[in-house]
Amino acid sequence: MKKLPLEGITIASFGWVWAAPHLGRLLADMGARVIKIESQTKMDGVRGLPPFPKTEDGELLPGANTSGYYSWLNRNKLGVTLNLRTPRGVQLAKEIIELSDGMIENFSVGVMEKFGLGYESVKAAKSDIVYVSLSPLGTSGPIKHYIMYGRPQVYLSGQGHISGRPDGPPGSPISWGDPVAGNHGAFAMLSGIYHARKTGVGQFVEMSQLEGMIGIIPEAIVDYTMNGNVHMREGNRHEFKAPHNAYKCSGDLKWVTIAVSNDNEWEALCSAMDNPEWANDPKFADGPARWDHQEEMDEHIEAWTQNYSDYEVTERLQKVGVAAFPVLSNRGLVEDPHLNDRNFFQEWDHPEIGTKKYDGVLWKMSKTPGTIRRHAPLVGQDNNHVFGELLGMSQDEIDGLVEEKVIY
Amino acid sequence: MPEQALSGLKVIEFGDLVSAPYCGKLMADMGAEVIKIEAPGIGDEARRRKPFAGEKAGVERSGLFAYLNTNKFGITLDPGSEKGKDIFRSLIKDADILVENNSPKQMQSLGFDYASLEKINPRLIMTSITPFGQTGPHRDYKATELTLYHAGGFGMSTTGVAEEPVPTPVKAGGRQALFGAGLSAAVATLCGVFARENIGEGQQIDISVQECLAGQYESAIQQWTFDGNEMGGVSVPMLMPITPLPCKDGHVFLMCVEEREYDNLVKVMGNPEWADNELFENRFTRAEYSDALVIFLAEWAEQYTKEEIFRIGQDGNVPIAPAYSPEEVVNSEHLNARAYFVDIDHPEIGRARYPGAPYRFSETQWRIVRHAPLLGEHNKEILGDRLGYSQQDLDDMAAEGIL
Repeated sequence: MKKLPLEGITIASFGWVWAAPHLGRLLADMGARVIKIESQTKMDGVRGLPPFPKTEDGELLPGANTSGYYSWLNRNKLGVTLNLRTPRGVQLAKEIIELSDGMIENFSVGVMEKFGLGYESVKAAKSDIVYVSLSPLGTSGPIKHYIMYGRPQVYLSGQGHISGRPDGPPGSPISWGDPVAGNHGAFAMLSGIYHARKTGVGQFVEMSQLEGMIGIIPEAIVDYTMNGNVHMREGNRHEFKAPHNAYKCSGDLKWVTIAVSNDNEWEALCSAMDNPEWANDPKFADGPARWDHQEEMDEHIEAWTQNYSDYEVTERLQKVGVAAFPVLSNRGLVEDPHLNDRNFFQEWDHPEIGTKKYDGVLWKMSKTPGTIRRHAPLVGQDNNHVFGELLGMSQDEIDGLVEEKVIY
Repeated sequence: MPEQALSGLKVIEFGDLVSAPYCGKLMADMGAEVIKIEAPGIGDEARRRKPFAGEKAGVERSGLFAYLNTNKFGITLDPGSEKGKDIFRSLIKDADILVENNSPKQMQSLGFDYASLEKINPRLIMTSITPFGQTGPHRDYKATELTLYHAGGFGMSTTGVAEEPVPTPVKAGGRQALFGAGLSAAVATLCGVFARENIGEGQQIDISVQECLAGQYESAIQQWTFDGNEMGGVSVPMLMPITPLPCKDGHVFLMCVEEREYDNLVKVMGNPEWADNELFENRFTRAEYSDALVIFLAEWAEQYTKEEIFRIGQDGNVPIAPAYSPEEVVNSEHLNARAYFVDIDHPEIGRARYPGAPYRFSETQWRIVRHAPLLGEHNKEILGDRLGYSQQDLDDMAAEGIL
C-alpha cells in the first residue's frame, strides 16, 4: 500500500526563485517525485540568497549549496543540471518530461519556446502532459514582458495600497505573490492531472502570478466596481469591530492582538481588565461608539496590556472568550509551545549545511502525512540517478555529456 | 455541459466567511459540485460583510459573499436538530469531500467529527480549516483575521525600522490569512483525492491558518534558526535595494535581487556619481548603508510619476512596480487586454464585476455558470429532488426552523 498522497506522480520543474519552486515544494512534501532542472549556465538565484550557515568561529559559509532559503524551498526534490542551450540538453529535458505527469516553468515569456520546450513541442513528445506556465503577468497583454518578483506583485495587485499604516508608505514586507502563485499553481496542476488520469487528455495551463493576487482581495476590488469606493491603508482596523488592534506588552518588541466582535466580548474584556472606570464612559457604550472612539480606547487598553506578557494577556482573554494572541516574530514562532506541540518544525541534515531546524509540512493528513525525506539537491546531485537509472543512459554516456557541458 | 477538470467530484461545504468558502470556490469554479450548507435565516457570516451593492446591507447584497460562492448550490440547515443531522449525514454519505472551518469542539458536539463521519462514509475526505489546527494547547483559542495574521509572523515584519521608535505591527489589508489558508486547503484536499486512489480510503486533513502563514513566510524561520536574526525592531534589511520609494503621485516598489538588476537601475538613473561610492558596492553593503541609499533613490524617483517609473525602469530591465490602488487595478490596460475581470449577474446585486480566473486551462475552462446562491436557493433541488423529501416535509422543516 502506498503511503504518501502523491506517490506515483512525477513533476518536471523548470522553476526559478520562489513561486514555481514553492509549487514543487508543496507537491514534493506530499510524495510527488519532483525533478528540478537547473543549469550551471544559469543557477536558480535562490542558491545565492541568505541565510547561510556559519562555522564555529562565526564565519559565514556562502556557497552554491549552502543557502538556507534554497534548502528550505527545495527539500524532497531531485536536482539535475542540464544546459538547455544545447540540442542534446533539450532532448534530455523532453525525456524527463516524458516520464512526468506535469511540468512547471516560470521563465520569462517566450524563453521555453526559444529552447524548443514550448507547449506544442512538449505535447508532441508527451501528449497528456499538464503544462503549467507560471509567468509574473501572463503570456499576453501589453506588459507581459515586464520583470517582476513576488514582492512587487503585492504593489501591482492593489494589496500594497490597502496594507500598512494610514500615514505610512503602502505595502507589507512579504513576497506574498510567490506562495500565493505557488498554491494556485499546485491546485491547477493537481486538477489538470486528475482530469488527465480520468480522460487521457493533458493541457496547457496559463497563469499570471498577478491575477491570483488580485483574486484574494475581492473586498477592495468589488467595493470599487460596485460602489466606486477606493480602499486605503487602515492599519489593524476592522470595518466595524473595535477594539481591534495590536497592543504593547511587557518586554522588548512584544505586542498582543485583541479583536472584540460584540457587546458580550466587550464586557468579558472589561472584566478581564477588572472593570476599569474609563470603560463606563458613554463613548464606549456600544459597538459603533467604541469604533468611533477607538484611538482613545486603544490607549486605555494598552495601558493595561503593558503590565503583562503577550502570552499572559492572551491566556486571560481567551479564558473569558475574547480573541487575543501574541504578535509573533520568526523567533517567536520557533519558540511557540503550540507549534512545537504539533511538531510543526522539523530538523534535517544537509551535507554542507549540517542539521538545522525548518518549518515543516504545511498541513497534516491523518492517514498519509507528508514527510521530509531528503535535503535539497546539491548542484547536479541526481544527474546519475535521473539520467542513468530513470532514463537508462550508461555512465560513459553521462560522463561524456558532462564533459561536453550538456549535463551541466 | 463540457467537462471541467474537477467534474464529478462532490463537495459539501460547511463553513463561514472566507477560508472554507474560498477552498470551495476554487473547486466549484473548476467543475466540482459544491453544496454549501448555511444556517437558516442568517446564513454565512460573509453575507454580513462589506462591500454591499449600493452600500445597502442585506443578506443577498454582499459582494464578498457573491464573489466567494460562485458556482455553488446553497441549502439551509440547522445541524443542531435531529432532522438536520440526518440530512447532513445523508449528504455526507454521497460526498467525496467535506470542507469545513468550524471549531473542533463544535464539530464534536454536533457528532460531525471525523471519527463519526468516517463510519458513514469511509471514502470521505474531510478538510478541516481552523485557526490553530486540530491538536495542541491553542486548538480551542478564539481567533480572527487580525489575531491570525499576527500569530503567523507576518505582522512583526512591519516593525522593522532603521531607527526608533519602533511602530506598532500592522496587518495587511483584506483577509490574507484566511484566503491563504483556504487556498492551501484546496491543494491539500486534492492531495486527499489522490491519496484515496493510493490507499482506498478517505481521511481528515488538518489545516491550521497560523501554520499556513508561518510555513510560507519567505525563509524567515531560517533567518532565525541559521543566523539568529529576529525580525522586527531596529534592524538592517537583508539585501538592498528592496524598498518602496515615494514618487510624484504615490509610490513605486523597487526590488533588485541580482547585481545585474541593480546595475541596470544605475544605468536607468543615468549613472549618477553617488553610485560609484564603495558603500554601495554590492547588495549586502547596500543593505548596511540602506539609509543613505534610499535617500539617493528617492531623489531620483520623486522626479517622476509611478507610471513613468514603471515604464522607464522596466524598459531598462529593472524589477520595479507601481503601488496601484484598487481603482487602478480594475482599470489596468494589461488586465483588461487579458479580459481578467468577470461580470456576473445576480438577482439582487445586478450585474457586477469581480476578480476572474487565477489560471486559464486550454481544455477544461474555468467558468462561472451560476451566481452565488441566495439563502436556501437550492433546498428543493437538493433536499427534495435528490434526497427525496416531499414539499410537505420541506415546508414542515422550514416552519420548525430546520431549513
